[in-house]
Amino acid sequence: MAIGYTVALHLDCKGLNCPLPIIKTKKAIEKLNLGQVLEMISTDPGSKPDMIAWSKSTGHELLDTKEEPGLFTFYVRKTK
Amino acid sequence: MTVTSQELEQMVAAKVKEVAEHRLEQLVNERVRAALEAETRKTARPKRVAIVASKGTLDAAYPPLILATTAAALDMEAGVFFTFFGLHILKKKGLGALKFVPVANPAMPMPMPNLLGALPGMTGLATLMMKQTIKQKHIASIPELMDVAKESGVKLWPCQMTMEMMGIKREDLIDGLEEPVGAATFLEFASHADITLFV
Repeated sequence: MAIGYTVALHLDCKGLNCPLPIIKTKKAIEKLNLGQVLEMISTDPGSKPDMIAWSKSTGHELLDTKEEPGLFTFYVRKTK
Repeated sequence: MTVTSQELEQMVAAKVKEVAEHRLEQLVNERVRAALEAETRKTARPKRVAIVASKGTLDAAYPPLILATTAAALDMEAGVFFTFFGLHILKKKGLGALKFVPVANPAMPMPMPNLLGALPGMTGLATLMMKQTIKQKHIASIPELMDVAKESGVKLWPCQMTMEMMGIKREDLIDGLEEPVGAATFLEFASHADITLFV
């Protein structure tokens, strides 16, 4: 799959509910270096608006969101 | 009406100019806003959330802990003041043993007449069912959320007055808490908060 950037870390949040995907995303992004990209996969439909809010609040850049039935994939670039 | 090719060209050019200018303005606005937001984030103090936890049931323990841990994940500063029955959440014996009370709760998944809910063992049964659902649906448990709260630097204040009133000692409470404080400490913290909540 050509996504145009290299994923440095994959985070599987399938099956988890609010607020765990967000909390795990925050923990995962802390492990990355500036500019690196995190891929987070979730089944929680609430994680779509919540990831947008998380990105807005923290400033980490939500590069892309992919949506399949019942599956959400987020790409986040660490900005700070 | 006949339009000469020259007029047509002028009309197209005017339209293209209008669309391009509008789009350009949009793009500039977006970029400026994003740059401003980034700058504000860099210079401003973190947003602050102040929460009072005043109830000691399983269901009432969730909102303060979910909101506080999520606030921390959003790079906000969060503090929870545990007062009255909310202090129960911080007790070594309370943390994993909080109860869900079916009496006077018309929003039960399976509505239960109050008289039935008041029978011996019904609170235990309702709690068991609630905990099973929590586990099945992969929802964080209260002890898990408490661990996340401590790890992510959420301030957890036991209310000193409640401890006196209920005869609760520091050693009855879990580790990793702030020192017990009074209303003034919480209010001072809350007076610089962007969000204040009472649960």
